[in-house]
Formats: sequence, C-alpha cells, structure tokens
Amino acid sequence: MKQTLFDKVWDAHVVEAVENGPQILYIDKHLIHEVTSPQAFNELEQRRIPIFRPLQIVATADHNTPTTNQHLPVKDALSRKQLEQLSKNCLENNITLYKLGHKYNGIVHVMAPELGITQPGMTMVCGDSHTSTHGAFGAIAFGIGTSQVAQVFASQCLLLKKPKSLRVTVNGSLKKGVLAKDVILYIISKLGTNSGTGYFCEYAGDVFENMSMEGRMTVCNMSIEMGARGGMIAPDQTTFNYIKGREFAPKGTEFEKKIEYWKTLPTDEGAKFDKEYTFEAEDIAPMITYGTNPGMGIKISDAIPLEDNPSFEKSLQYMDFNAGESLLNKPINFVFIGSCTNSRIEDFRVAASFIKGKQKAKNVTAWLVPGSRQVEAQIKAEGLQSVFENAGFELRQPGCSACLAMNDDKIPQGEYCVSTSNRNFEGRQGPGARTILASPLVAAATAVEGKIIDVTQHTL
Amino acid sequence: MEKFSTLKSRAIPLNVANVDTDQIIPARFLKATDKKGFGDNVFRDWRYDKDQNLKPDFPLNNPKYSGSILVAADNFGCGSSREHAAWALVGYGFKVIVSSFFADIFKGNALNNGLLPIQVSETFLKELFNVIDKDSNTSLTVNLETQCLSVDEINLSTIFDIDPYKKTCLINGYDDIDYLVSQKEKIEAFEHLNKH
Ligand code: SF4
Repeated sequence: MKQTLFDKVWDAHVVEAVENGPQILYIDKHLIHEVTSPQAFNELEQRRIPIFRPLQIVATADHNTPTTNQHLPVKDALSRKQLEQLSKNCLENNITLYKLGHKYNGIVHVMAPELGITQPGMTMVCGDSHTSTHGAFGAIAFGIGTSQVAQVFASQCLLLKKPKSLRVTVNGSLKKGVLAKDVILYIISKLGTNSGTGYFCEYAGDVFENMSMEGRMTVCNMSIEMGARGGMIAPDQTTFNYIKGREFAPKGTEFEKKIEYWKTLPTDEGAKFDKEYTFEAEDIAPMITYGTNPGMGIKISDAIPLEDNPSFEKSLQYMDFNAGESLLNKPINFVFIGSCTNSRIEDFRVAASFIKGKQKAKNVTAWLVPGSRQVEAQIKAEGLQSVFENAGFELRQPGCSACLAMNDDKIPQGEYCVSTSNRNFEGRQGPGARTILASPLVAAATAVEGKIIDVTQHTL
Repeated sequence: MEKFSTLKSRAIPLNVANVDTDQIIPARFLKATDKKGFGDNVFRDWRYDKDQNLKPDFPLNNPKYSGSILVAADNFGCGSSREHAAWALVGYGFKVIVSSFFADIFKGNALNNGLLPIQVSETFLKELFNVIDKDSNTSLTVNLETQCLSVDEINLSTIFDIDPYKKTCLINGYDDIDYLVSQKEKIEAFEHLNKH
C-alpha cells in the first residue's frame, strides 16, 4: 500500500493496538523543561514507579528563565524553585540536563535540533505544544500534557489514536521579502485555527523543498496554531546536510546507513491524505496579525476585514483596532525577535541585514532574544552583535522570554508589540499586552521605523 | 483519579469562541511545582480587572450562575499544551465542559484529570445557551454510561461520543499509566526488535 511519510514513521513505532481503543506508540526521544515536568516527576514518585528510560530524555531550562544576568542566582523565588526542582529531578533520575548557563542550554525546540538530537523517522514528544517544530526533520513530534509526560516517564510510550492526515502543498517561488513565517501565517489565515484538529499535517511542494531547515522549523512550529498536533516535511539532502557533524548526530558509516533509511521515508507517490489544500507561492506576501488568534492575519498592506460576530468584535476591541482599517503607519513601541518560531541564526541574519547601517527608532524598545547559547555565540562570531548594538538594539540571553512572559520580559498593559513569536492571545506577552505576529524582517523594519511599514516597498 | 458516572448540575455559560489555555490560566501562574491552587486563578484576566477587582459581568462572577458544568463556545482549549488549564478548571470545581469543538491536547488533558469534555452539535449548543439565558436555574444531567446529556425540564437531550477506552478509564477511575506499566514486557520486546 502507498504510504505517507507520517504513516511510515507512525507504523514503525506501534508497539500494540488496544482492542477498540488507542495504540501504544513508542517514543524515541522525550524532551522536558521546568514548567510542565515537576508534577509528572511527583506523580511517579508518589506511585513509586521508576523512570523507565532516562537516557532517552533530555532536559533544558527555558520557559521561566531570566534573559539577563544568567550567571547570577534567579531573583524570582518561585522561578528559582522550579529550576532547582528540575535540577534535582534530573540528577536523581540520571537525566541529562542543559541548565541555565550550560553551553547547550536554550529553548527546547531550538537546542535539540541544533545538537543533532532531532532526526528523521523519530517519534519525539515534549510537554509543550510547539514540539511540532521537530517535524521539520521528518520526525513525528508533538506536544503532550503533563499526565502524558508521566506516562512516557513510566513506559517510554503513549496511548494514542492515530491522527488523520492532511497535506498542504505550496508550489512556485516566494516573492522578495516573504519569509517562512509569512508562509505559515498565510496558511493559517486561510485555513483557520481549528482546521487541523485531529490531523497531522505534511507540508509539500517547491516552497518547502527550497526552504532552509530554519525556515522549515518555523513552518512546522506553527502547525499547532491551526489545530494540528504536528507538522512534517520530508527529509532530503538539506536535512542530511544540517544534521551532519552535529554533537549527537550519528557519525561515519552509521550516518551513511541512517541516510539510506531516511531516504525511504518520504510520502509515496499516489498515497492518500484525508484532506488536502494547495496554495500558490506568488499569492503570499509579508503578513501581520491584527487580532487575538494566529488565524487573524492579513497581508501587511491589506486592511482588517469586515466581519460581524461577537468573537471578532471582542478581539478587535482588545487590540483597539477597527474593522476595515489598515495597520500601515501604526506607531509601535515594542519589538520582540525571539521564541522557538524565529530565534535561530538565520532569523538574526535577516534582521541584521535590514538593520545594518540604520538606527532603531527612539520610541521603540527592541528585545533580541536568541533561542540558545549556541545561537548567541554564533551571533557574536558573525559580527551581528555589533550591527545590533550600533543600531541601538539590545541583545539578551537565550530563553522563551516575551513569547509567554513568564519571566520579567513583559510587554506593558495596552502596548503593541510586533513579535516574531507564535501566539497573539490576549495577555500572552503580559496582562493587557497587544501582540502583532510577524516575520523577523517585518519586526526589524518596525523597530527601525517605529511603526508598521510595508517592507516590500523598501530595498531589501 | 476520581470516578465519574452521572452528574446533575446547573451550568455556567461562557459564550466566547476560541478560548485558549492562556486565558484559562495565564502563564505567570505556571510557576508552581504541584497541581494545587490553580483553581484560584482560572480565567484570571477575565475575572479580575487590572486593579484586582472582580469584573461583575464575567459569567463566573455573576451570582445568577453556578454549577460544575461549563458551557463554552466553539474551539475551547486551543493553544498551549499546559495541563495547568485542566487543573485550574478542576480546581475551580468544574467536572464537565460542553462545547461544539475542543482542541486536541486540551481534550486529552481534561480526560486525564477526570474532567469530561462533551462535544455537541452547534445547534444543540445554541439551544443550550438559549435555555440557560432564559433560566439560569436550569440544570443539566450528564450520564456517562449512556453517553447522554439532557435538560430534563424541557426534554432536550443529545448523545455524545467518547472513546470507549477513555470511558472505561473515567468510570473506573483508572489512568493510562496503570495500563502502560502493565505492558512493560511488550514494550521491552519492541525495543529489542528495533534495537533501541
Ligand atoms: S518560545 Fe514560546 S512557544 Fe516556544 S517553547 Fe518557549 S514559550 Fe513555548
């Protein structure tokens, strides 16, 4: 039978099917962090169940960490306790932890791929919905709740129903100034925030084939914003080149053998999907969001649509925007370039290439937060730090930061923030904060101009 | 986990679509290392204004409404995978959430905490909102065994779907860990075969 990429990886991990019920799916890699793991460790301890496969777990501290003075003790007592708890749990259970300050520390979905932990054909989970990011490598990767974290601790497996399959194809070539972030914001704006619920999504076509791994990760990262549990892109030479030589990647003949296997994974010609959508690359332009869910996105030069329903109105009221209004020239005081969606080296290169030789607008507070220590080091090694600093930007230390504002990096009440993160929910970046999602290029341009501009009208 | 069989209760209506888990429990309350206390902060920024006064127009604050059933609008629980959202709803006292659509991860999290998500048709949901709007004392009955949700006074009822395995778990108060741990040998055999 003709199989999809998803089928192949899924079927290879089914331990058993429960009669009239879910399947037992084996999990190759389990990533954990400080916020969604403590209750799972407690659960196992209370039930006196040992961690089944500690060597298949990797931990990092990212959600609740400061982005300045990471060498000093964490000031916030509750955050400090959560981080200490993670260290203690990992130590007691023989789990590798890249804690704050470690050279491999970073946002879980940035550090695992960059260390070569993420590989094609794997099953991966993490107590974080953006685990879908790792699907960029042709892995089945998805977010789980804390009860499921405990299940994987106890058995390295999960009980799941096999999701349905969905394919989104985008052919053609992207216009100047259109980045991976715009592609996924465009797709979500067309399909809506629950179109993918119950599905695993494969992205196919020229646009994704020609995309860098960083771009593919940006796309797969936001699969959850259309409701899909995960996204996947077939592994190819771009994938293999990215993995080669990384810390935990297979080496030598083992690597060659793996590549042979990985090459068998792409969807067979003629395989059936439960749902298919197709878009043209030429129709995609730089995007921004105007509302309080990621599906409320428009081309930067378009006006906010007119819609008549209470949720839409509530959303615009929160954002203090009007239906029919254009967002061009809206003054913006905050810009955030970071989060597991857009905090990789390529994102900072794009931002730096726009910023170089310009100055940040006076009204703007701009935070640049690399996704990991390694990205931070690369920013410095490539000389981007001085580009940013000369332009008046602040390069902070890695972590989730203003993506979810658990630490001090909060956008003040009522302020707009053009953000490269993935969620524009009410209060996501701090109580009363108003988030406008965009690509790193649009974010950089906003910081320089102090307002939203149409980047396509600029020399890029 | 607590066992679930039947429930008769009044309901609190929350007629807002796309309620995400950041609204159910904002991130700044996720610093705890146990499951307790989240109920106090459920819908925090909708229940309180910025000076920490209760907002009287929010349904949870409206003395007209009470009960352990939340009737919510479409696409409830989207966004983050935080199980804290389920803990917050359970902590506040909810046992059932009714909606026309639930986000995947939230649904699983709810079931793993004995919180029953009941998906109904949009038409049924609309009627339910109408009925509660007309008479906030209306009580709903949930029977998990027969998979039936009904409003007895007015003869309105619907059958809902639930995964048979999950149904057994809820009725008996079992969870997936018990089951998975009992399958250890098979899991080890799988590992051996696949050289993990
Ligand atoms: S950066 Fe944001 S979305 Fe990504 S893992 Fe951290 S909190 Fe979640």
